[in-house]
Amino acid sequence: MSEVRKVLFAPIMNNNPIALQILGICSALAVTSSMSVSLVMAIALTMVTAFSNFFIAIIRNHIPSSIRIIVQMIVIASLVIVVDQVLKAFAFEISKQLSVFVGLIITNCIVMGRAEAYAMKNPPGMSFIDGIGNGLGYSVMLLIVGFFRELFGAGKLFGVEIFQTVQNGGWYQPNGLMLLPPSAFFVIGLVIWALRAWKTDQVEAPEFKIAANSRVQEAH
Amino acid sequence: MEHLISLFIKAVFVENMALAFFLGMCTFLALSKKVETAIGLGIAVVVVLAITVPLNNLIYKNLLADGSLDWAGMPGVDLSFLGLLSYIGVIAAVVQILEMTLDKYMPALYNALGVFLPLITVNCAIMGASLFMVERDYNFGESIVYGVGAGIGWALAIAALAGIREKLKYSDVPAGLRGLGITFITVGLMSLGFMSFSGVQL
Repeated sequence: MSEVRKVLFAPIMNNNPIALQILGICSALAVTSSMSVSLVMAIALTMVTAFSNFFIAIIRNHIPSSIRIIVQMIVIASLVIVVDQVLKAFAFEISKQLSVFVGLIITNCIVMGRAEAYAMKNPPGMSFIDGIGNGLGYSVMLLIVGFFRELFGAGKLFGVEIFQTVQNGGWYQPNGLMLLPPSAFFVIGLVIWALRAWKTDQVEAPEFKIAANSRVQEAH
Repeated sequence: MEHLISLFIKAVFVENMALAFFLGMCTFLALSKKVETAIGLGIAVVVVLAITVPLNNLIYKNLLADGSLDWAGMPGVDLSFLGLLSYIGVIAAVVQILEMTLDKYMPALYNALGVFLPLITVNCAIMGASLFMVERDYNFGESIVYGVGAGIGWALAIAALAGIREKLKYSDVPAGLRGLGITFITVGLMSLGFMSFSGVQL
């Protein structure tokens, strides 16, 4: 049981796919300007990761290793087509806002990375849970970034007004920068900083160390 | 002609793949530590984009789009839902063919690109450009210009970031920000810089 818990929850804080493994960043930045879009994207990605892990784990012993990438790609692409069609049918507005980023789940490194690193070596049940866990790690990051960007950029959360903006006769002057691409980079950078300040074992070693000043009188 | 030049400028600067649409971010962050590797990867991306976007354009217009199979005697067939699968197939195949051709005829370039070629298959910038091409309904000529432009824009961005990171290595960054964190902030600032191109019209 503890094994299941470890596989499920480790990717959320200790081994977050975005903050530590540098996987799947493309979509994490692009869709986070509002919470509802981020949530849909997070659910879509979690589903695709979990099921692609599951199916690839089922056929893992039958895939010749020379063509495994293509096989994984086809499984993932088929799942993404299903997700894309479902979104177009039931959530057309949001699928328009997500535009190409649903399709880009195919090339999202989290999906490929987990299929390659975990599903090829583990049984279907655990692979499914690993997919859910990594999807959750991604979702948490996406929702945190989405929260800050929508709250400070538009004064809203899920489209519901939290800070009454100046245009509507309130007090909050929306910070338009938060809705633009650069802010996503800043927010993720700061979230990574916060995470690493808390979990200090994730701090990267410096490549280059500045030597102490050897001339004592100049240092004073 | 002016229309195409304007499209090119837009693809390189205003709608920069990496800095405005965040495409190809994984490789963008992971492989931008050295200028040389960054330029090698950039060239590979330009080449692959210049081939795959027009190719996917032909496939979309002649096989997948609604009513495009009329010539084969199958009117009213809409295969556009197969798009994602075909584009990624085309990209994987082109990368594979390119790798084999380069290996045979241009070993120097092949060695220079090295491991980056296979990595390009899973680079979102390549797939993204094809999807944008479909979404914006470019014709064949436009798709060539767009493919080349998007590739050059991405190459420019990764080369610039690698230059900054080479210098950044010597600076004293707070412990938690070291590595990935400060790279994100740097990319954010670069993205701010590129935003000043928006509104440039020819």
